[in-house]
Amino acid sequence: MATRSTHERSHEIPPKASIKLGPTVDEEVFGDAYNGQMVRRFIKYVAVYKVLLWVAIAAVLVFTVSSIAIPLIIKSVFDDAINTGSISRSKLSTMVIIFLAAVGFNFVANYLQELIVGRVAERILIDMRRAMYEHIQRLSLSFMDKTEIGKLMSRLQGDVAALQEFLQTAVFAIGDLVLLIGIIGAMVWLDWRLGLMTLTVLPTLFIVRIIWMPYARRSFLRARVTSSIVSGALAENINGIRAVQGLSREHVNYDLFDIRAKDNLKAANRAAKFGVMMLPIVDTLTGAAMAIIVIAGGFFVLGGTITVGVMVAFVLFVQRFFDPIRALTMHYNVLQRAMASGERIFEVIDVPVEIADKPNALDPEEIDGSIKFENVTFGYLPDQPILKNINFEVKPGETVALVGPTGSGKTSTTALVHRFYDIWEGSVKVGGHDVRDMTQASLGRHVSMVLQEPFLFSGTIFENIIYAKDDATREDVIEAAQAVGAHEFIMKLPEGYETLLQQRGGNLSLGQRQLISFARAIVADAKILVLDEATASIDSYTEMLIQQALARLMEGRTGMVIAHRLATIRGADRIIVLQDGEIVEMGNHNELMALGGLYARLYSMNYASFDDIPDELIQQAMQDSQGSST
Amino acid sequence: MEGTSSVGVFMRITRMALQYRQRLFFGLVSIFLASGFQLAIPILIGSAVDAAQSLEGAETVISNGSVSSAVDSIKGVFGEGSNPAKTALIIIAVLLFVASVGRGVSAMFQNYVGESVGQSIGYELRMLYYEKLQRLSFSYHAGVHTGDLITRGILDVEGVRMFVQTALLRTVFLVVLIGTGMYLMLSEDLTLGLISLSFVPFVAWRATAARLKLRSNWYALQERLSALTKVMDENLGGITVVRAFQSQEHEMKKFDITSNETLALANVQVGIRASNISMMGLAFMLAMAAVLWVGGLQVIEGTMRPGELVQFLAFMSILLQPVRQIGMMVNGYARGSASGGRLFAVLDIDPEIKDKPGAKDLNITSGTLEFHNVSFGYEGEHTLNGISFKAEPGHTVGIVGPPGSGKSTIAHLVPRFYDPIEGHITIDGQDLRDITLDSLRKAVGIVEQDTFLFMASVEHNVAYGDPWAPDDRVELASKYAQLGDYIERLPGGYDTMVGERGVSLSGGQRQRLSIARSILLKPQLIVFDDSTAAIDAATEQRIRAALTDLTKDRATIIISHRLSSLMHADEILFIEAGKIVERGTHEELLTQGGHYNDLYELQIRRSEDSSRSSDDGGAS
Repeated sequence: MATRSTHERSHEIPPKASIKLGPTVDEEVFGDAYNGQMVRRFIKYVAVYKVLLWVAIAAVLVFTVSSIAIPLIIKSVFDDAINTGSISRSKLSTMVIIFLAAVGFNFVANYLQELIVGRVAERILIDMRRAMYEHIQRLSLSFMDKTEIGKLMSRLQGDVAALQEFLQTAVFAIGDLVLLIGIIGAMVWLDWRLGLMTLTVLPTLFIVRIIWMPYARRSFLRARVTSSIVSGALAENINGIRAVQGLSREHVNYDLFDIRAKDNLKAANRAAKFGVMMLPIVDTLTGAAMAIIVIAGGFFVLGGTITVGVMVAFVLFVQRFFDPIRALTMHYNVLQRAMASGERIFEVIDVPVEIADKPNALDPEEIDGSIKFENVTFGYLPDQPILKNINFEVKPGETVALVGPTGSGKTSTTALVHRFYDIWEGSVKVGGHDVRDMTQASLGRHVSMVLQEPFLFSGTIFENIIYAKDDATREDVIEAAQAVGAHEFIMKLPEGYETLLQQRGGNLSLGQRQLISFARAIVADAKILVLDEATASIDSYTEMLIQQALARLMEGRTGMVIAHRLATIRGADRIIVLQDGEIVEMGNHNELMALGGLYARLYSMNYASFDDIPDELIQQAMQDSQGSST
Repeated sequence: MEGTSSVGVFMRITRMALQYRQRLFFGLVSIFLASGFQLAIPILIGSAVDAAQSLEGAETVISNGSVSSAVDSIKGVFGEGSNPAKTALIIIAVLLFVASVGRGVSAMFQNYVGESVGQSIGYELRMLYYEKLQRLSFSYHAGVHTGDLITRGILDVEGVRMFVQTALLRTVFLVVLIGTGMYLMLSEDLTLGLISLSFVPFVAWRATAARLKLRSNWYALQERLSALTKVMDENLGGITVVRAFQSQEHEMKKFDITSNETLALANVQVGIRASNISMMGLAFMLAMAAVLWVGGLQVIEGTMRPGELVQFLAFMSILLQPVRQIGMMVNGYARGSASGGRLFAVLDIDPEIKDKPGAKDLNITSGTLEFHNVSFGYEGEHTLNGISFKAEPGHTVGIVGPPGSGKSTIAHLVPRFYDPIEGHITIDGQDLRDITLDSLRKAVGIVEQDTFLFMASVEHNVAYGDPWAPDDRVELASKYAQLGDYIERLPGGYDTMVGERGVSLSGGQRQRLSIARSILLKPQLIVFDDSTAAIDAATEQRIRAALTDLTKDRATIIISHRLSSLMHADEILFIEAGKIVERGTHEELLTQGGHYNDLYELQIRRSEDSSRSSDDGGAS
């Protein structure tokens, strides 16, 4: 059988290497060119800058009118001022002065239109992005759970940019349209016969462009897609370079990349062909128009029916003729893209805010730190309850450990204390108040959270620790860090508390990140602490620190811990054992061991952590304990 | 360094472009034709005006000599017809049409050549860059931000491509067109010519200055935009924390700060563009006003025919666009030079780790790895010192130690991701530096802690090291790694997509995939670098059991901080601060009562402690 090296040398594509795959073009769906409802909503954002936009439109009109006036003035120069029939210096000077006036208007109008439209478009861009972003902050976690971050980011960036492009082009499209109408009008007004004859080339251009458009667009799209695939392949190879080098995959990947790169080259060349195709067409039509002007116009001048100035004006007009048409067909594209983007943006803004503060919601200064679940039933998906009629109470200052197999409802329980989701039945009470009666802000103040995967923001360590409480002092921060045992390693870092954390705290180890998130929780100083213990094994040295920090964190607070480490569980005041959404056992370690149920069985398996227990053994224990309880 | 100064960069790029001689020649011809046709148009228009003004019956006077003779010669062929002026007009009209068509076609070819050569160079650079990155060593990749490498490969290649497309050929075109145009106008009438060309220097200068200012502003804007992206991305990624701490206001403030910065920069862009466009238009129009005045006077005095004046106006109109393009071109040069410089900087790097000339393939006789007094470090600081050990086939060497002790470095030295500073490493007596990297890496399997999942099916990911492997080998490797059941339960089985847009695997599953990947290749030597940290002890046991067949003829090295992973090893090395401080079997080390024993107490004893049923029930 041929070895890998022989395959490699022959550059064949291996059966188990992917070719077709690669990032897809980001949802570039070309929808309807016009969605009335969406436009109306968009206009509301635009309407804020009504006054400025009217000024801009006025500027566009002035610009257009002065642009058309200029060839007409030149015509006058030729006819009235320098016609050998009427020699007049003063007439010439008058015309030149009028010309300069028109130029002046043109200049100011040009400046204003570019400036205002540009700046308003930028402002609207920011407004829309902010509106979306702010709305997202208020949306429930169940929405966020279902939505890919990448998708949201693409809305916040790409789609907003498309709308901005649209706005700018829309205003100039109005200008181009008016210009086109103006030119046609001026030509027909100067001499309707010559005008109409010259205009015959217009429809031809329109038709050609419309035929050309779909093919061209397809080729442009293909070029973009292949380019995106190449970029994706490059990025993947760079990100996975260790695996590539370690597994000696360089040759194969090079060949695969070459195929994609060649594909892109072909597509780009094809797109280029379509791109340049229009050049000779436009020039041919311009040439035809000019030929018509020369022959017909020339004959008319010879015949005395029109003046030579008119002919000159026509020549100048024709040179500017085709620009608006070219621009208008481009606008169509932008319009389509913008419509699709607009829809996606409003889709986000329209997501209903599920969890909102009641009017007159409570905002107590202090609470006693008690938690009470009364007949709570809840699930993420309808008809699939995760928690079934849960009842328990946690007294102020108690530490309760939640244990149970995966999917038993431990995480949901902690999420509900925070009112991340609303329950189906029953009530969740914090400090004696139903969480639905409190403002979310106050709930956030009284309940703090430490997650399994500590999430730190980029910024200094100091900024991260005071995240929850802007007004915390430096002493508070250091005290908190010392309490959790983080102070030592922070001081060992070159910049101490001012050390900048990389993305998601990448320059610290997992254990260190955990300690900092503990410090953050201490500074937040909430009466109730919800904690989800990390499961990935951290080196034993840091683990000890974390255990101690945990104990310190719990002092004087009510704690609800999703516990994995046996030490944590054993040390809790009370243990709640969840199974399948129901509380099957409750009590402290000794009581539960005496009970001899699920907990006792799992405990006596002698694993360092309940998570280490293989699924089958847990199943077995569950069955056994159920069997023994009947 | 040659080739990274601006001039050097341009020379290199030009040399690359010159490879496509045929296309370039064709492009040059098109340039001359296009310019020629383009410049003929104003002249023909002027002549048409002259012809139209001929007085009844009189001789048609066409001011431009060449047109005049052309018209006459054509008349000679076709005859003068009833009205010489009308015939002249017809002839001129036809010539105009031909010139326009000619210009369009030549411009089309000229542009296409530019794009085509640009794309070919883009392709070449892309492949060279890709190849180079594959060859660059670990230390390079570890020290460089992946985002930066990706940007260079995409944006900088694009920058060079755009430069070739829009600047290289176009420079010639603009020089020919504008140069010839200026010559024609000046030779026609010096004064008027100068006046009509007065807008050129101003527009050229403004176009250039504006472009360059826009570019530097654009970079600043991009930087702020990516900062804004970071803020939003972090917020969305940590939404639970934001929600938990109810810090939405704080987050909005963060957003607003950066957002307003981008607005300020964007406004600067708008301002520059607005003033630039309007000023260029103004300069042009003012020149035109001057031409009308001076030319008009000359026509009144009879020293110039109206047709000539029209000619000047038409010339001006034709030259406006190209002169503005000078700005675009200068920008292309600036970007091309910056991009080219960045690209060549990477392309010129000589990889640290590579096959030495005359390197032979590895010849496995038994598969024994030996470290001979190896030291390693960066910039004077040693992370490893005097490491010596031997791993023989059928034996397992365990390496353990506190974080930062240098364990992983040992793992990276084996497949020669780095070279030792002192000492040497051999496999069956052959120094790693004397054998080919390819043969070495196929013989050594290293299973890492972080598993990179490629955007592909599970099957393709497992078979990554040998994409020609038959299905049964892939399945077998997966089963050994205790991943087979999980894969079979997936909706698409082995064809299920993983990676960013596919199914996400847990830490333990990823590590098992990594193990499957490595054992698929049946390497002579396997190194496990803390690769079971997320796998529970029981599964780890099963993996080890499944691999006994494989490992009984091969040398295995296990690096872990979890003693349970390597207690069974034939020799255990305890590494601290880069040195081997203790070595021996598990039992020997325990009796030594040193570091190893301490760690043992910490890990195993503690869990035994907590599982001992006690009456205290107090906190640990």
